[in-house]
Amino acid sequence: MTDLDAPSPLPAPFAAWFAANGWSLRAHQARLLAEAEAGRSVLLVAPTGAGKTLAGFLPSLIALAGRPPARPKERRGIHTLYVSPLKALAVDVARNVERPIAAMGLPIRLETRTGDTPAHKRQRQKYDPPDILMTTPEQVALLLASREAPALFGGLTTVIFDELHALVTSKRGDLLALDLAGLRRLAPGLRAVGLSATVADPAELAAWLMPQRPDGPRVEAELVIAAAGAPPEISILASAERIPWAGHLAVHALPEVLAAVAEAKTAIVFVNTRAQAELVFQELWAANDAGLRIALHHGSLDVAQRRRVEAAMAAGGGPGGLDAVVATSTLDLGIDWGDVDLVIHVGAPKGASRLAQRIGRANHRLDEPSRALLVPANRFEVLECRAAIEANAEGAQDTPPLRSGALDVLAQHVLGTAVAAPFDADALYTEVTSALPYRDLKRARFDRVVDFVATGGYALSAYERWAKIRRTADGLWRVSNPKIAQVWRLNVGTIVEMPMLKVRLVKNPGARIPAWGGRVLGEMEEYFFETLTAGDTFLFGGEVLRFLAIREQEAIVTPAKGKDPRIPSYMGGKFPLSTHLAARVRAMIADPGRWASLPGQVREWLELQRLHSRLPRPDELMIETFPRGERFHMIVYAFEGRLAHQTLGMLLTRRMERAGLRPLGFVCNDYCLGIFAASDLGAAFAARRPALDDLFDEDMLGDDLEAWLAESALLKRTFRNCAIIAGLVERRHPGQEKNGRQMTVATDLVYDVLRSHQPDHILLEATRSDAATGLLDIRRLAEMLARVRRHIVHARLDRISPLAVPVMLEIGRESVAGGTEEILLREAAETLIAEATRR
Amino acid sequence: MTGLAPSGLATIDDRAASDTFEVCGAQLTALPSGAAWWAREATLIVADLHFEKGSAFARRGALLPPHDTLATLARLAADVARTTPARVISLGDAFHDGFGPERMGDEARAQLAALQAGRDWVWVAGNHDAELIGEVGGRWVDTLTLGPLTFRHEPARGRAGEGEIAGHLHPAARVRVAAGTVRRHCFVGDGRRAILPAYGAYAGGLDIASRAFAGLFALDAVVVHLLGEGCVHRFPSGEVAGLGVNRDETARRRASR
Repeated sequence: MTDLDAPSPLPAPFAAWFAANGWSLRAHQARLLAEAEAGRSVLLVAPTGAGKTLAGFLPSLIALAGRPPARPKERRGIHTLYVSPLKALAVDVARNVERPIAAMGLPIRLETRTGDTPAHKRQRQKYDPPDILMTTPEQVALLLASREAPALFGGLTTVIFDELHALVTSKRGDLLALDLAGLRRLAPGLRAVGLSATVADPAELAAWLMPQRPDGPRVEAELVIAAAGAPPEISILASAERIPWAGHLAVHALPEVLAAVAEAKTAIVFVNTRAQAELVFQELWAANDAGLRIALHHGSLDVAQRRRVEAAMAAGGGPGGLDAVVATSTLDLGIDWGDVDLVIHVGAPKGASRLAQRIGRANHRLDEPSRALLVPANRFEVLECRAAIEANAEGAQDTPPLRSGALDVLAQHVLGTAVAAPFDADALYTEVTSALPYRDLKRARFDRVVDFVATGGYALSAYERWAKIRRTADGLWRVSNPKIAQVWRLNVGTIVEMPMLKVRLVKNPGARIPAWGGRVLGEMEEYFFETLTAGDTFLFGGEVLRFLAIREQEAIVTPAKGKDPRIPSYMGGKFPLSTHLAARVRAMIADPGRWASLPGQVREWLELQRLHSRLPRPDELMIETFPRGERFHMIVYAFEGRLAHQTLGMLLTRRMERAGLRPLGFVCNDYCLGIFAASDLGAAFAARRPALDDLFDEDMLGDDLEAWLAESALLKRTFRNCAIIAGLVERRHPGQEKNGRQMTVATDLVYDVLRSHQPDHILLEATRSDAATGLLDIRRLAEMLARVRRHIVHARLDRISPLAVPVMLEIGRESVAGGTEEILLREAAETLIAEATRR
Repeated sequence: MTGLAPSGLATIDDRAASDTFEVCGAQLTALPSGAAWWAREATLIVADLHFEKGSAFARRGALLPPHDTLATLARLAADVARTTPARVISLGDAFHDGFGPERMGDEARAQLAALQAGRDWVWVAGNHDAELIGEVGGRWVDTLTLGPLTFRHEPARGRAGEGEIAGHLHPAARVRVAAGTVRRHCFVGDGRRAILPAYGAYAGGLDIASRAFAGLFALDAVVVHLLGEGCVHRFPSGEVAGLGVNRDETARRRASR
């Protein structure tokens, strides 16, 4: 609330509109008006329901309302640009901002521009732009690279970034930061406004909004933190059933989930992966005797289907509405879904901030608490949920630190800059380093990126004659021909999707596969179908389907009779457990004094662990070894998340192979890593052959890592992303959108050749730096290895320990990636030979 | 991977190693590089080299690493050094396009000439070689017949394929292993004919379960050799994922006509 004695900063029509709605100006809204008045950039951190969007737009609406009408033939550019991470959010917010404009009859034109906007409208927007344009990062890049950019953006006063916390964590954020610097070149006085959920380090986000100066201190925008709403009410489902040791579906608790849904008006049931969404949806329906209206929402479903679900959600719990929707992160952001009054989280939330944002999806009124119910799927997840609730109560945040700008994104931006107009390398370097993510970029690396864009950056100077950009006599870099600009436009953006296949459903199973016809259900990753053989069944869109064949760009499927599908083997959450929650879980396990708040079954589990083995302490790395069956096992309690564990598993098995320990494979979850071998690991470690300290020496991140990276499928996938973003290979080529496959070279092959012939190439550098934080999480692994040096504890057991059971249950469920492929292949061939030669 | 004697499998001699395959009585060895070695004739056979594929893409605006020709030549030089062949047969699509020889760098040109020196170098013409511009040494043929074998670029349909060694299709296969499936370039044969994997550094693979392979092999007799690290991995047809799906479909289509 503002001071009632102070004169209202709102002009009369606005004050009347506020009053008519029964609202008063909130303190953070008033602050934003004042900052706008002073021409300052600002970051607003506010919980959902705080009127964040209105706060962001109010200064622009007031300014535009008071602006004199345009003189005849006067062409005005865009006044305020709004950028959202989601198309749907941009459209939704446009509707919300239209409301006051219409109610007050303001002379303001507001339009959206997304990939779905018709071409003629997008064309018209370029020469007759609206006052306020609501759009996505990709469209900003395209507009900046257009000939009309100076006219469009020359008069830009304000740029608003919605859900900034979500934008800056990816390469999209890097591209947007570069585009913000580009906008400032055209509109030097531009004010940036960031709207964000609560994050760990708001000062970083505030700096992201500002132009940085080389060698100077970091410049930050004004920071406004809105008052927090009522604290949420979060509880853990106290299931009467037996809590499983492993698994991620919480099938045991779904009847109780249904009961909670029945009591709520509308509930969102969040899960972590699409596969989980499918299975939970199926299981809920199987037990849905009350006939509750439950829908499914995830990124693979056909767009029309998703829109129908969203429309039903907006209708709330009334007629034509829904009682619950099972959703993945596609419903994490922004859009206001009517009557949602309960968020149910099946499986552990993986991060404290992530949980807070998902809980915010329930109840958009600030003064009432949001309600959330956590449903742990296994015993470790009980600990994780408890840790998440504690973190939430303390307001602890674990959003990741800001990224440093990716070089592949920079390459795309450099070409985009040339597409817009000839550029001077010195000026562009200065502009690029004014963007926070690229602040520390060295000139030499920038020049290598420019060289890459021009001729590929190869030591063999083979491609001069096919250069994409050339430096002309005036010292400016120019695009060599118009086709290069056309290809750049078709391929702009940093969201690289896996190659997808359409899922086409044909009826009459058993008959020949029809050449065409049938309904398209949605899309799924090609690699998933590559693991299937004809006849395999899987869940998609809530139906059990039988896979028949891959035809062109489609997977042909037919309804399956059985109810027991072969399950897509995505494990755990897509997101690894955050370091913050991991530390809390570890501390909880080590301190029996805190077990009182845990369910009896979980307490007993930990008691048994203390009895049969030992409890891992926060300051050590505990390793158990034990024999089982004909194999010998080693469990590493690292608590560093699946991705880091997977990398550790790859590296350790290599070393163990060299040490003659005959490792056969490994499995991991978010908490530990299990390696199984044909020789007695416990005996070997006890005899210090090798010593565990040596096995876990940080030097594994040197040559071993390099050697493994050479053949790692994950690194090849990372390289593919970099190659596409940097424009080395094209996603789309003019006139060849359809049979793009024939026009491409498998990036795996390109990677192999580049790696053996030019290992220091800039794209390999970009790939390695992605790998450090991305799919391989090498940074986290490195920090762990440094921390546990000389703190490794070996518990040599004669049988499996209680804490080891969950990861041991993963054996056989998870596919083994990368380095062990060759071993498995040899094993499979030898098994066959052994069978064939048996007498 | 040698010395084991799989018995009870059609066309495999008891003494045969797991890296050999037979075509109409001729014994060939599948090398892990993707080349085939016919010891009796001292002949090394490679398919689909696709030299200068990188520069072909660069011409169109995708500046792929230009080292692919040198990478392929290095692989070939290692095979030549290992087998010292009297004859080398390239089964077509040696160059990615007609202008390939023109774009080939001096270093690659010299290396190719060195490999050709002192041996019979046979280019079997492929669909990409039709209008080759520039001199590349060796001799050109449409097909070559040696003893029981006929060397051809594109596999002939039906009975004409008897005793044929071909390329063109870039075979790759998936096999089930303990966890998931593994996909690799492969040799595929049924004792009467064989298709070699693509040898070029930028040459991709096509799943042998796809329709392009339908009708070429007697499926029950199919044996594939997957390329591995330093060895090849032998699998009979029953272990190859998806094989036969399109056969059934082809058969049905025929029946329905």
